[in-house]
Amino acid sequence: MFDQLTDKLNNAFRKIKGVARITERNIEEPLREIRMALLEADVNYRIVKEFTSNVKEKALGADVSKALNPGQQFVKIVHEELVRVLGEKSEGLKLEPKKTNVIMMVGLQGSGKTTSSGKLALYLKKKGFFPILVPADVYRPAAIEQLKVVGKAVNAPVFDIGEDRNPISIAEKAVKEAMDKGFNVVIIDTAGRLHIDDELMKELKRIEEKVKPDEILFTVDAMTGQDAVKSAAAFDRELPLTGVVLTKLDGDARGGAALSVKYVTGKPIKFVGIGEKYDEFEQFYPDRMASRILGMGDVLSLIEKAEEVVDKKKAEALQKKIKKDQFTLEDFREQLLQLTKMGSMEKILGMIPGMSQIKNAKKMMDDKKIAHLIAIINSMTPEERRNHQIINGKRRKRIARGSGRPVQEVNQLLKQFVQMKKMMKQLSNPSFLGKMKNLKKLRNMNFPFQ
Amino acid sequence: MGFLDKFKKGLKKTQNRIAEGLATALLGEKEIDDSIEEVLEEVLLEADVGVEATEELIESIVEKVSRRQLKDLQAVLNALKGQVVDMLSVSERSHLLEDNRKPLVVLVVGVNGVGKTTTIGKLAKKYIKMGKTVILGAADTFRAAAIEQLEIWAKKVNCDLVKHKEGSDPSAVAFDTVKAAVSRGIDVAIIDTAGRLHTKENLMKQLEKMKRVISKVITDAPQRVVLVLDATNGQNALNQAKEFQKITGITDIILTKLDGTAKGGIILPIVRQLNVPVAFVGVGEKEDDLIPFDPEEYARGLFEV
Ligand SMILES: Nc1nc2c(ncn2[C@@H]2O[C@H](COP(=O)(O)OP(=O)(O)OP(=O)(O)O)[C@@H](O)[C@H]2O)c(=O)[nH]1
Ligand SMILES: Nc1nc2c(ncn2[C@@H]2O[C@H](COP(=O)(O)OP(=O)(O)OP(=O)(O)O)[C@@H](O)[C@H]2O)c(=O)[nH]1
Ligand SMILES: [Mg+2]
Ligand SMILES: [Mg+2]
Repeated sequence: MFDQLTDKLNNAFRKIKGVARITERNIEEPLREIRMALLEADVNYRIVKEFTSNVKEKALGADVSKALNPGQQFVKIVHEELVRVLGEKSEGLKLEPKKTNVIMMVGLQGSGKTTSSGKLALYLKKKGFFPILVPADVYRPAAIEQLKVVGKAVNAPVFDIGEDRNPISIAEKAVKEAMDKGFNVVIIDTAGRLHIDDELMKELKRIEEKVKPDEILFTVDAMTGQDAVKSAAAFDRELPLTGVVLTKLDGDARGGAALSVKYVTGKPIKFVGIGEKYDEFEQFYPDRMASRILGMGDVLSLIEKAEEVVDKKKAEALQKKIKKDQFTLEDFREQLLQLTKMGSMEKILGMIPGMSQIKNAKKMMDDKKIAHLIAIINSMTPEERRNHQIINGKRRKRIARGSGRPVQEVNQLLKQFVQMKKMMKQLSNPSFLGKMKNLKKLRNMNFPFQ
Repeated sequence: MGFLDKFKKGLKKTQNRIAEGLATALLGEKEIDDSIEEVLEEVLLEADVGVEATEELIESIVEKVSRRQLKDLQAVLNALKGQVVDMLSVSERSHLLEDNRKPLVVLVVGVNGVGKTTTIGKLAKKYIKMGKTVILGAADTFRAAAIEQLEIWAKKVNCDLVKHKEGSDPSAVAFDTVKAAVSRGIDVAIIDTAGRLHTKENLMKQLEKMKRVISKVITDAPQRVVLVLDATNGQNALNQAKEFQKITGITDIILTKLDGTAKGGIILPIVRQLNVPVAFVGVGEKEDDLIPFDPEEYARGLFEV
């Protein structure tokens, strides 16, 4: 899916590449492709219309920069506009340690409220807060039990509701208890409900009026389609939402719902859920989301994913090495090993923009190839691994024999290693243009497989 | 009665936006095809039908309009509904409820939070109402209180349940459930599974294993693999369906949460591409909120805003 969309956009951009300026005429086709990409990403139909017309205006009115061709300029405008709508910067929670803060989780059925309540509790504990979880879902079978299990898992207390089955009084009592016992964050997990269920929407309103939450977070599934605008608008109308939690972003949904929800509510997306475990929860980055919606792949996530496997310290050390240009074959081997841990090559390559364009992509994805690369590196002496420049013809032959691979493969590996070294250094350049430039390079080389 | 009058009458019957939109399109000065296209496009895309299927549907309608085969609103709507029904039609096979193999093993799969467990409760009730005996297998051993949730449903609809401890091997639960069904002479065994995103390879492999283990008890079991899809999901549901189809094979689809404002139009390309029928739709959280899928009714609903 990544590939398909990337291709479409690339095609659109290719069509305006080489043209001196963006005009009413030559922008039509790329706009159409953007429109399709957004629709396929589940951005709401009407929002797509509005968004593309804004983009068109900006593109036509834009100063023609010398540094960029119209294609690049267009991508930049679309991306920037997406980031602008999604929110320029990531926003956190507005909580004060010295008072009893109340957070209310609301949303449709199954969107991830209970899980996210647990994740929030864990997140806030790490920040030094003392949260208490409150089960206000008295309807769904075993919802209360679920929150108890969640509480245990994240080691946060769960308010004991006793015989009470009234969500409003449960919320009130919980806040009072939190004050008495010195918890400074009360996280209220409410039942999932449809935005057209008047009675249940009123119930939320009444809880809100009683406990005056500091944060009301609308929890929405990243896989949501066109309907996101309707449910988000309705919850926003009924309640003073303060933010959004976007869940299940660990799949391959493009997450256009994020744009829809932000568009209709104007409320910042504060967190994203990226897994079922309680620490799979992080800040929202508009920049990454924009790339994801556009299908430009997610280089940053890829790097992050690698970091996750590598573990933080190793990753930091590696980054330093890359910056200082001290990346060695040993590090390369380590990376290859990590790659095998990260999951199938197909998925990883999917996260790299433009990979779909490379011919023989399937052949390259062969996991056996990695094993061969590792075998070759294993046959080198530690000294060779640390300093690839000493590997002359004679050494290459020896390495080939030792690893049971042809000499050409050894040569290839060394060539790729040098290319990779360069590319990694450039990838650590955070500017958007830099990224774009590197993406193009990435596309033109067979990183890291042949 | 002139065309205009007929048309107005038709409009009264179908008090909805598409009718109004088409009215302007058919009566307005604008180019007929273009405006029809736009209105239809809006309705279909906003129902999550997806770009490809929408284009296909519209193309043939526009063609018929321009060939003057469709002359009024009703004709356009009927043609559209007909096409939707076509798309949702799957070659004959027994309905999920009418599969009389015994014991019938039904494996229920899908991504997180779509409504698998709830649907199982409702489905169990349907079988019980037919006079069949049912056993549930609590093979979601991962999610917090998933076992308890299914237990409550088992009690509610009054049927047997097999469970192990939280965190135990789901395949073992599935195995024991099917074994129990055989030894107790039960008609239907329905196995709940943990929600999993179709992109998680190891979790998908786990499903594969469950299937394999079940078939060790009864060779052709699970005879039914039900994919639960959430109507509020957009285009990603197509990826879900394809991936589950690839790993576990799918015999039936159940589309949940149709009681909201989402239309679940993504089932159009799904049913067509996978050739798997929608057996039921979920229309609420209560035990009777599961109704057999009727393509005609669904097509009608699609064009009512
Ligand atoms: N993969 C993934 N699954 C998630 C994420 N967040 C929640 N889930 C899963 O989604 C399902 C539903 O989550 P819940 O927290 O029970 O959702 P809820 O909104 O409380 O549901 P109701 O209370 O029934 O409305 C569970 O299987 C969770 O494990 C996420 O970020 N990624
Ligand atoms: N409105 C509505 N809600 C539904 C429907 N079916 C299920 N739900 C609700 O959706 C939420 C999730 O349902 P579950 O049955 O727990 O979903 P699941 O797929 O088993 O979830 P996991 O096991 O966590 O993956 C619950 O709050 C259900 O009550 C439906 O047809 N309509
Ligand atoms: Mg919940
Ligand atoms: Mg479940």
